[in-house]
Amino acid sequence: MKSTGASRREFLRSAGVLIVGFSMAGENGKLAAQNTISPAGLVDATQVDSWITIGADEMITIYSGKVEFGQGFSTVQTQLVAEELSVPFNRVKVIFGDTGLTPDQGVTSGSQSTVTEFKPGGLRQAVDTARDALFQLASQQLNVPTSELTVKDGVFSVNGQDPAGHVSYGQLLQGQRFNLTLNSKTVPKDPSQYTVLGTSVQRIDLAAKATGQFQYVQHVRLPGMLQGKVVRPPAIGATVVSVDKGSVASLPGSVQVVVKKDFVGVVADTEWHAIQAAKALVVTWSSGATLPDQSNLYAWMQQQRSLDSFTVDSGDTDQTLVQAVRKVTAQYLHPFQMHGALASSCAVADVRGGSGSSAMARIWSATQGVYPQRDSVALLLGIPPANVRVTFVEGSGCYGCNGNDMVSFDAALLSQAVGQPVRVQYSRKDEMAAGESYGPAYVVNLTAGVDRSGQITVWTREAWTLTKGDRPNATTPGNIISGALAGFPTPPLVPTAATPPKTFSNNVNAAANYVTGVVAANPPGGTGTVASQQVLTHTVASPFFTAPLRSPDRLQNTFANESFMDEVAAAMAADPVQYRLRHLSDPRLIAVLNAAAKAANWDTRPSPKPGNARTGVVTGRGVSCVLYEGNNGYSAMVAEVSVDQATGVITVTRIVTSQDSGPVSNPDGLRNQMEGGALQGISRALHEEVKWDAYSSAITSIDWKTYPVFSFGDPLPVIETVVLNPLTVPQMGAGECTITIAAAAIGNAVFDATSARLRRIPFTPANVLAALAARP
Amino acid sequence: MAAIKINVNGSSYSTDVEPDTPLLYVLQNDLKLNGPKFGCGLAQCGACTVLLDGKPIRSCVTPMSMADGHEVTTIDGLGTVDNPHPIQTAFITEQAMHCGFCISGPMLYGKAFIDQQPNATEADITKALSGLLCRCYAHTRMIQALVRYAKESA
Repeated sequence: MKSTGASRREFLRSAGVLIVGFSMAGENGKLAAQNTISPAGLVDATQVDSWITIGADEMITIYSGKVEFGQGFSTVQTQLVAEELSVPFNRVKVIFGDTGLTPDQGVTSGSQSTVTEFKPGGLRQAVDTARDALFQLASQQLNVPTSELTVKDGVFSVNGQDPAGHVSYGQLLQGQRFNLTLNSKTVPKDPSQYTVLGTSVQRIDLAAKATGQFQYVQHVRLPGMLQGKVVRPPAIGATVVSVDKGSVASLPGSVQVVVKKDFVGVVADTEWHAIQAAKALVVTWSSGATLPDQSNLYAWMQQQRSLDSFTVDSGDTDQTLVQAVRKVTAQYLHPFQMHGALASSCAVADVRGGSGSSAMARIWSATQGVYPQRDSVALLLGIPPANVRVTFVEGSGCYGCNGNDMVSFDAALLSQAVGQPVRVQYSRKDEMAAGESYGPAYVVNLTAGVDRSGQITVWTREAWTLTKGDRPNATTPGNIISGALAGFPTPPLVPTAATPPKTFSNNVNAAANYVTGVVAANPPGGTGTVASQQVLTHTVASPFFTAPLRSPDRLQNTFANESFMDEVAAAMAADPVQYRLRHLSDPRLIAVLNAAAKAANWDTRPSPKPGNARTGVVTGRGVSCVLYEGNNGYSAMVAEVSVDQATGVITVTRIVTSQDSGPVSNPDGLRNQMEGGALQGISRALHEEVKWDAYSSAITSIDWKTYPVFSFGDPLPVIETVVLNPLTVPQMGAGECTITIAAAAIGNAVFDATSARLRRIPFTPANVLAALAARP
Repeated sequence: MAAIKINVNGSSYSTDVEPDTPLLYVLQNDLKLNGPKFGCGLAQCGACTVLLDGKPIRSCVTPMSMADGHEVTTIDGLGTVDNPHPIQTAFITEQAMHCGFCISGPMLYGKAFIDQQPNATEADITKALSGLLCRCYAHTRMIQALVRYAKESA
């Protein structure tokens, strides 16, 4: 192995690229405060200095563990700091996702970033503790009580006094640290007083993105960096029999072949040489694993041994179903889908010294969690975690745990083997067939019992889904495909019987909006009125790696729940909005539903729409709603569609969607997320399904032709957004609400138009024609 | 290997690469431009779009031999953060991005089309973007940005 020629500390500290490009000297040569990489790789999140530094140049640097994926969160963080500290927006700089430099805030996922940063222990509390300390310092300096101080643009003045008595943050601190613990008693600014938060500040990153000056992870360029490519098994579960390194010996580019158990890759001087070497390398693989036939997937899932869990079980559903005057039953099917990020994943790694306690690694990755990736890569490489630094660099939108962690593992393995920095850029097929982990398929069986008045009295749901691996973590590198290929075991699913639930957690929206969510002696945790309820999930071992995909499980479950509620309403000849309202208890869910219906000028009547012909093009409207994750964002949607009953083609013509995520940080940013979520929801409802061939054990969705999605040129609906902005409640998540409810709203609209119920995603012309043919 | 000469964003550049090397790798890795991006390598998404003599092409499948002697314009060459091109201003004004990775496609196909047809309607513009992808689905805002650009340049 090559000697690094640099101390461990220097190696880990080195910026390498201009990612962490802040300089020691600020403007005008004044000292800018900055944190440095902790030698132990630990950042104490209870300390104010871990979150914020203020330089003598007045520049404020924020260190955040919650990163940017194109949803505008870096802008919101900047707004938060500008607001709480009363400083100009452009004086705040956010550094995020760097192990040993930013606090460990886990992964950026689950629409939790705003929630996390605004709640105790998060960025807001750190900044408010700093603000309170600055008030104290100013009070001493200006010799007046804090109550007589006013702060504007980071400058304190004494109320009603000569402006000559000003003192600024930078002057008070003089580049010093706060040396304070986060104060849980600090009082954040009242949202009614907001002047920066709550306004549609333009995104801080878009000008650089629009002009091609933004540096994505694809653009990390290190001195001496080589280009790597992976060579994946052609079949799921295939293992290496032999690798003929001689097959690339004559190729240009100083090609090196790396094999570690079933992990195979090549490294070359240029990307084009690496691509050609990966193509030419002769590898003999074993045959693949036995996969279920795709056409039989849903039946197969129900035949496997499973890990079972109850979300809720009132214990009386058998009896109440017998007592019901009418029962409605339906089954909903949802396929495997993929993240399908626009960018095939890319990462750069620089591993020096092989493995062991003197080896070191740096990784530049678009991961959702730098700390979990660091800990997992440390195991993968056999290097102490403190010797590994993972630096987040933004990639394309990832929509969850896509290939970003996997490609980072791949780059680390290749760099470790060759002892030089290596950049790995997946091909589209690498990404889709053997890079990313998929969102799992679902089978959802639903039954409702209705009493004489037409009210639902009992709701049961039994579902099957699949899992294999998950995100990177500190114990099992085999959790993701690259670690598994390199020989680390993937934890097996352990079939387990369900036990009675202890608390109501509707984190994956397994329970519909309409149940009370009463578990044991706890108060109702749900948003509805149906007291007799059972929600059971069977999880089986997946043939493919799975990981969170935008609105993971919530989307699949909500498609089923909200389509089924529409079925019950139709069976009762009730208007779908009114019927929902009859079964809801949560005023905020009621409010978003009413807001969407009103904005859509909802036509109150039962579905299907009277008078529609059974041939030709017909139109209809449908509705759906959700409290995302049971506690993290209220949203409702009305979809209007036209359906060509000859071709089975659905056109979504209008989307009206409402949201209540608590106090809104950036109204235009929220609308942008709602619009994008709605359209991505259309794509997932109408087009997306991972396909495979059981005969060859191979994934056949390998590019945009074989994994079709909603594209430019497809008819765009008019999208109208309604933003509710209650100021006296905590912030909730916002980025995954509208995507969660799109499929049901569309399916319900198709039913309204055609009397055909769509119970199977995707709503392709073939599936729609089958549903049309099945009409009574 | 062959000496290939291209003009990129107004500067001439000569390189000695295999003629089948896709233009994108030269732009991204050798010239260190961040505008055109690798999305699929199959001409299926448009993230790698550049203008070749003013016409939008997919640089991920365009061999250097085809670019030899031609003028290449990337979004990097249109304008800067401090002095953006009007079409870039339109995208910023409409906040017409999420992650922005796809932006070369909608911006350059839109620009080439509107510059030819300044009176293009919203429907025309939508059609002109056929075959491009934005997986964050900022479609509606991107179309509005192009409509704004068309109005302002008409």
